[in-house]
Amino acid sequence: MSERLDVKKTYKLIINGAFPRSESGRSYPVATAGGDFLANVAQGSRKDVRDAVVAARAAQAKWWGASAYLRGQVLYRWAEMAESRRSELADHVGLAEGLKKKDAQLSVARAIDRIVWYAGWTDKVTQVLGGANPVAGPFFNFSLPVPSGVIGVVAHQESSLEGFVESVAAPICVGNAVVALASEHRPSPAVILTEMTATSDFPGGVLNVVTGVTAELAGHLVAHEDVDGVDLTGAGESSDDLARRAAGSIKRVYRPRPHDEENPLRRLRTFVETSTVWHTIGQ
Amino acid sequence: MTEPSHTSPLGALAYDAAPESASIAHLAPSYGLFLDGQFTPAGSHAQFASLNPATEETLATVALASASDVDRAVVSARRAYERVWSKTTGAERAKYLFRIARLIQERSRELAVVETLDNGKPIRESRDVDVPLAAAHFFYYAGWADKLEHSGFGPHPRPLGVAGQIIPWNFPLLMAAWKLAPALAAGNTCVLKPAETTPLSALVLAEIFQQAGLPDGVVNIVTGDGTTGAALVDHPGVDKIAFTGSTAVGRMIQERVAGSAKRLTLELGGKGANIVFEDAPIDEVIEGIVDGIFFNQGHVCCAGSRLLVQESVADEVLRRLLRRVDQLRVGDPMDKNTDVGAINSAAQLERIRELAAWGEREGATRYTSACALPDKGYWFAPTVFADVAQSHRIARDEIFGPVLSVLTFRTPDEAVAKANNSKYGLACGVWSEKGSRTLWVAQRLRAGVIWANTYNKFDPTSPFGGVRESGFGREGGRQGLEAYLDV
Repeated sequence: MSERLDVKKTYKLIINGAFPRSESGRSYPVATAGGDFLANVAQGSRKDVRDAVVAARAAQAKWWGASAYLRGQVLYRWAEMAESRRSELADHVGLAEGLKKKDAQLSVARAIDRIVWYAGWTDKVTQVLGGANPVAGPFFNFSLPVPSGVIGVVAHQESSLEGFVESVAAPICVGNAVVALASEHRPSPAVILTEMTATSDFPGGVLNVVTGVTAELAGHLVAHEDVDGVDLTGAGESSDDLARRAAGSIKRVYRPRPHDEENPLRRLRTFVETSTVWHTIGQ
Repeated sequence: MTEPSHTSPLGALAYDAAPESASIAHLAPSYGLFLDGQFTPAGSHAQFASLNPATEETLATVALASASDVDRAVVSARRAYERVWSKTTGAERAKYLFRIARLIQERSRELAVVETLDNGKPIRESRDVDVPLAAAHFFYYAGWADKLEHSGFGPHPRPLGVAGQIIPWNFPLLMAAWKLAPALAAGNTCVLKPAETTPLSALVLAEIFQQAGLPDGVVNIVTGDGTTGAALVDHPGVDKIAFTGSTAVGRMIQERVAGSAKRLTLELGGKGANIVFEDAPIDEVIEGIVDGIFFNQGHVCCAGSRLLVQESVADEVLRRLLRRVDQLRVGDPMDKNTDVGAINSAAQLERIRELAAWGEREGATRYTSACALPDKGYWFAPTVFADVAQSHRIARDEIFGPVLSVLTFRTPDEAVAKANNSKYGLACGVWSEKGSRTLWVAQRLRAGVIWANTYNKFDPTSPFGGVRESGFGREGGRQGLEAYLDV
């Protein structure tokens, strides 16, 4: 009896809840950490980035319009989906990052637990970051953290899954929609995890992933005028230049700082705006 | 100006002139930089004049700080940070700030007069708004200085170090207070750069710091022009830049600090929508529209410069608004009955004139108050444009003057869509008696501040700041501490 032939998967972009190949028709080969061929991955273009921003803008209103309770449940369901595909994720994290099986499994476990952590934040962040303000006058005055809108993420280049989760889960948790550029050479864990958003009740377009050449795409993402904030975690040496380009439309910019892990609130605070309402009090 | 500057339809019932005395200002003929606790000339001994925009007369000359003067200021702030301020307990920092608040209250009349002379704003506003709020900001943030670990930004909040702060000319003393009070409470030392046309109240504030016994170098004040500000932005010894001003300059600053470790907060321009629903109480609405756009001559980044009125009441609102605008008393800012004072500078007057001309050119209908304007000084009569389209420059560009653009809408959805059709997102107003609709609209407006049935209210406990191209970061409230903490 002959050995069964694998069914190989095509890794595509994820835009607006659909799985298109790049509109450019391009792809590029991705190798394992050991140098073996892994897959041909869609090589996204500027047009794909723009399509993803359009999708994210539309999805953001729906996502933020949902109750905080529902957003928490959707994020938690994403973790449930990931839990049931742990071994697949671990295989890919192991291949992409060159980790031993056990270390890859631990990395996946941490990533899933991180999503659970954020799932629990959706209906608390308003209370923790907002509040009532005792102004000197006949007004009820309150401040709420509201999402910045559409966030562009240049995901961690080495940490293919954990780094990706850290950059996308926080902005989504507080009500933003995200366009993420996955790690250029290790894209498959991010693509697999994002595929699971399709079975987690996320409105299509809340998390969009474009794979491809970071240096080609990042400039278009950070300069896009309908992007409100950018996370430059995976931008490396081009971070300064990208941060300058982000200034064109006064974007909020996240760049990692030493000891960030000691203050996980920082990521939750970065892509929210404090919106303050004054309402008159009278008879 | 002793002649009444206003022709009133009230005739004999018109107010007599009631001018405040300029001598209360006790201005010196010239001022140096405030470095390391002392007034000191600029290295080049260069001075420039600060004018009274209502008379075009020189009030005093102030030192023009060069890059090397800015360097002296930063060195002084760094030394004060390392040797003194970072070793001063929060409770002691609090007491300095409480002292400063009290001294501002004690010298409030003098400060109000200085502010009105230098800025051109009505004495009623500097007396009732700018100065009391400045004192209140110091009083509010004083209390935070020893409670930072309860501020809610995560564990171990620490100061950033030396903060470079660049402020505009529209609320000179108040903006200094908004910048300095939270920075000092959080444990930073400061280099403050006042606006070129309004440096004087900050220099009186420097005297107050001396009277308060604030340690030398904790606050340094460098007067000057755009080159002074640029030197501060570029100085490698600065850990934080806080800027309030135009979006164009804010963009340039964000680009310049992008490659550095400097933290940045920006409070930039706006094109605030003031949305009036048909059920709103019209009398209050008219006063709210007037406060929204003519307060401080419209030199307000959060001014309600786009009026969005529901179609069913648009004609009545416009008719009553124009009648009210004709009653505004324009003229001598030192007169206690003046509603609208002088435009701050010739350059700003030119910009307002240019944009108003665009309003006519693009087909809007112009109404300008028939008020008499003084012969000397910089003046612009309150102006309302009707029949404005969203594509008009006067509906898109920040005019920063007493010019209102009126647009209409039919449904709440349309009101929200039009209000959000702006690159800015600083403030909006909503006028309705229906609370559920007000909150529905407030949820959908992309703006940092929303005033419901009021406008242009400020309080030290209430965070202020914008979204989108109106900038990022907040001033005021607990949230305002974040800009000056390493968290």
